[in-house]
Amino acid sequence: MATGDTPLGGEIVDALKAAGIGHVAALPDIVTSAGILWRLADDPDIRLIRLCKEDEGVSICAALSYCDKRAALLMQQTGLMDSLNAIRAIAVEYELPVCMVVGLLGKEPDRPAADSASYGVRIIEPVLDAMGIDRLSIETSPDVAQLAPAIERAYAESRPVVALIGRRIER
Amino acid sequence: MMRRDECFRKLAEHRGEAIMVAAYTSAFEWVAIDPSPLNFVSTGAMGQASSHALGLAIGLPGRKVVVLDGDGSLLMNLGSLVTIAEAAPRNLVHFVVENGTYEANGGHPIPGRDRVDFAGFARDAGYEEVHSFDGLNRFSAVLPELLAAPGPVFGCLKVEPGPAPEYDYEMLHSPRMREAFRQAIRPFLGDGAGGSAGTE
Repeated sequence: MATGDTPLGGEIVDALKAAGIGHVAALPDIVTSAGILWRLADDPDIRLIRLCKEDEGVSICAALSYCDKRAALLMQQTGLMDSLNAIRAIAVEYELPVCMVVGLLGKEPDRPAADSASYGVRIIEPVLDAMGIDRLSIETSPDVAQLAPAIERAYAESRPVVALIGRRIER
Repeated sequence: MMRRDECFRKLAEHRGEAIMVAAYTSAFEWVAIDPSPLNFVSTGAMGQASSHALGLAIGLPGRKVVVLDGDGSLLMNLGSLVTIAEAAPRNLVHFVVENGTYEANGGHPIPGRDRVDFAGFARDAGYEEVHSFDGLNRFSAVLPELLAAPGPVFGCLKVEPGPAPEYDYEMLHSPRMREAFRQAIRPFLGDGAGGSAGTE
């Protein structure tokens, strides 16, 4: 059972919409599936673009930014790792506001990601730091308040940002 | 079998105000043949031209978006065929220039050279209209209709490996090219329906 502090999917979706996100490119991830992706799929204000592979979403979000359309890429940390070259080139080197929401599969809810027993979780923050990518962690409901300002900052400064979702989000 | 530069010259005659997204070797040749700020060549990583084109087609629904993909590039992002068919942008035309080689990387053959069927991939992915061309006369005859058809439309251009264009990677990745493109599409933002041969 999730603790009382775990954010609800509606809070995260509302924060995305408050930041002007109108398009979401996504691959399903069990951490964010029920609370975020299914909710987005049912939301008439969001255009959901279902991907075959996560790096497609890096390009789609970047391309939409040229069109003054705000977008987010929703995926698991495995997809983030698989997309690092696209993120390196398109988001970081081209300085584009690619906003990523990343579920951390295997992260323990009571432990920071950096201390996770899972190697695949433990390395995520250091990898993002090495690439110079802004990141924030969403573990509890109050953390969600950081999301919209982080997206606003990404567009204002034309740079990528990653929101790491550390707990399974329920609808 | 056709020559890539001949295909591109025919395409340039009919592009109108279409946005052209081009990958690597095709990008170098296309930019030399038809320079325009509506050329988008900063696709960042190999395989990503088709996905950039999809984003632009969704973001600018009133503007025709044409992607000049490479065969090696498309092999690196084959899933994008399915993603594009699923998103079904009516304003997207996807050409793959099939020369069977990684031309910019030493001319090595692509896996499955002479066996893979790119048009078949696109057809089975669910593109609205699929063509394959190995002769310039037929390509020239079909091209105007193809560009006007509701998409996503796919065209495989079977070409022989040609003389290498100048590989100017600095141009490809330059902020100047991206800023010129950004400024060029500014008048189209909020444009739900275009009005030239190059628009839907």
